[in-house]
Amino acid sequence: MTLFEVSDLHVEFAVHGGSVQAVRGASFSVNEGETLAIVGESGCGKTVSVQSVMGLIQTPPGRITRGTAKLRGQDILGGRAANGREIRGTDIAMIFQDPMSSLNPTMTVGAQIAEPLIVHKGYSHRKAMRRAQELLEMTLIPDAASRIKEYPFEFSGGMLQRSMIAMAIACEPSVLIADEPTTALDVTIQSQILDLMVDLQRTNNMAIVLITHDLGVVARMANDVAVMYAGEVVEQGSVDDIFYRSAHPYTLGLKSAMPTNQQGAVQSLAPIAGAPPDLFDVPPGCGYYSRCPYAMEVCEATPPKVFDVDRAHQSRCWLHHNDCPLDVTEIYRS
Amino acid sequence: MNQPLIDIRNLTKHFDRGRLKIHAVDNVSLSIGTGEIVGLVGESGSGKSTLGRTLLGLDRKTAGEILFKGSKLPTVYRTSDFHRYARSMQMIFQDPYSSLNPRMTVGEIIGEALRLHSDLNKEDIAHRIEEWLVKVGLNVDQLGRYPHEFSGGQRQRIGIARALILEPEFVVCDEPISALDVSIQAQVVDLLGDLKRSLGLTLLFIAHDLSMVRYVSDRMAVMYLGSLVEIGHSDRVFFDPKHPYTELLIGSNPEPDPNRERSRQRTPSIGEIPSQLDIPSGCRFANRCPHAMDVCRHVSPALRIVNNVDDERLIACHLYE
Repeated sequence: MTLFEVSDLHVEFAVHGGSVQAVRGASFSVNEGETLAIVGESGCGKTVSVQSVMGLIQTPPGRITRGTAKLRGQDILGGRAANGREIRGTDIAMIFQDPMSSLNPTMTVGAQIAEPLIVHKGYSHRKAMRRAQELLEMTLIPDAASRIKEYPFEFSGGMLQRSMIAMAIACEPSVLIADEPTTALDVTIQSQILDLMVDLQRTNNMAIVLITHDLGVVARMANDVAVMYAGEVVEQGSVDDIFYRSAHPYTLGLKSAMPTNQQGAVQSLAPIAGAPPDLFDVPPGCGYYSRCPYAMEVCEATPPKVFDVDRAHQSRCWLHHNDCPLDVTEIYRS
Repeated sequence: MNQPLIDIRNLTKHFDRGRLKIHAVDNVSLSIGTGEIVGLVGESGSGKSTLGRTLLGLDRKTAGEILFKGSKLPTVYRTSDFHRYARSMQMIFQDPYSSLNPRMTVGEIIGEALRLHSDLNKEDIAHRIEEWLVKVGLNVDQLGRYPHEFSGGQRQRIGIARALILEPEFVVCDEPISALDVSIQAQVVDLLGDLKRSLGLTLLFIAHDLSMVRYVSDRMAVMYLGSLVEIGHSDRVFFDPKHPYTELLIGSNPEPDPNRERSRQRTPSIGEIPSQLDIPSGCRFANRCPHAMDVCRHVSPALRIVNNVDDERLIACHLYE
């Protein structure tokens, strides 16, 4: 069942002399108990999409110009929905990339975990602190009873990320948005945090929206994947669709830029030439046109439509148009 | 093996913090052959960067010695020593934002080494700067720009041009790609590979992305809490790790392949790297090791060749004694 659904989201930032179209019609959804991964390079709008939905972008300059975000069918975006604030932080929670700078250095870790319980659930301070200790135990921080009285600087990076997860799950959210939760951590600690997220997902039947640029993490965690480029979702499908039946040149590009570790196989990495387009001056056609090895005439001037490659697998690319002169199966076979 | 270009013998680096000592690098020996790329991996806090910096004299070594082409490098670097060795040894830094002087133009940054260390005239220097700018994939008309006008990937390439313009024999790359996007990482890695082939570069490639290190390097050295625990041919170490710490690292490294991720046996990762202030006696990895025995907590294992593995694999573990 679709639990959380963002559709046709447009976000722009006013800058001197115009605006930056950071998100240009992104749509994605996640089912109960499942994980959606949003992947793409930096600057392609992954973080802005979820932060704007959570009400975390500064307004002005940032502004949602169009689109909806629905939790169980109910719109949560500000203005139109008075209850947005109650939903965000309780039913939808978020963890951030850099645990060191996302926690308040002047508050004890316990008090920070207790805060959402006091604010959203009306717990007494004492009850909230007791719950904070339980939450730290759930996230496998050793010696939780004394740790809740410590400050963030006394924690390691891995423990801070665990505390942030504890804080996020304090109000038992049904959706957890994780923005690059393990990028700042070592692989061993990353593995521990990912395991923890999977365990919590199983016990609470929580949906996870995982933002990452690491295709390895995607392969390990995701049920579904949305690939973002230049503020748009360019390909969307199940994790197997994206990895084994890629249907967008950008997805192919990302895959061949990464080493795969097949034993015995000799692989050469193929960088994607060029850079993502400037979203202050959005190109008229496909955002990937300037870097795409298969670019055609139509791609320069006309933005591609979304084509169904398969049931539940879409690609925003003219290669899938019936009249396309190139042989798509040939391109995607490799 | 013929004479190594770099021969590190029992290198130790401690930082003093009042009465406490940070054991950043402890008794590390490693030799790097001419034209070889050695990848150095390990968690943060394992001493990789300190080893790289100490190698080039940016940090003063506490004990041990480093031989460059058979001759000993100074214990304390004076200005004249830096002048002498800058032509043969260079470093590419991790952070492309803080390692470029914001008040210098790109041309000045790249050309500074030539002005200091070569007797070329102005015109030749200008010519060489342009040549390198193109080599690392930048435009000649960007010469007069300042670092803030470039993206992270471009800055990293400026750092590479600055390090390589003197055509050094040995370069320490300290996490040259970890600040970059996937598509740009491949560009930088390919560039380093090309330059290695055309200039015969020898590299110490420090990184924490194991897949990338396997792809780039000939040999892989695994470091934990200041000491080396395993060294060997990259592919063999990656696909057949022997030391429990190497197993843990490689087992934690996610593969971009859903089927393999689903079918994978995962060794649970336990605990975190201890503080360098308080090094455990015996094997440093014993408190996180799933196979720890009694002897591991008391006797520190030596790094040595192990029978029945392969003849260039060095492992520091009691399981193989």
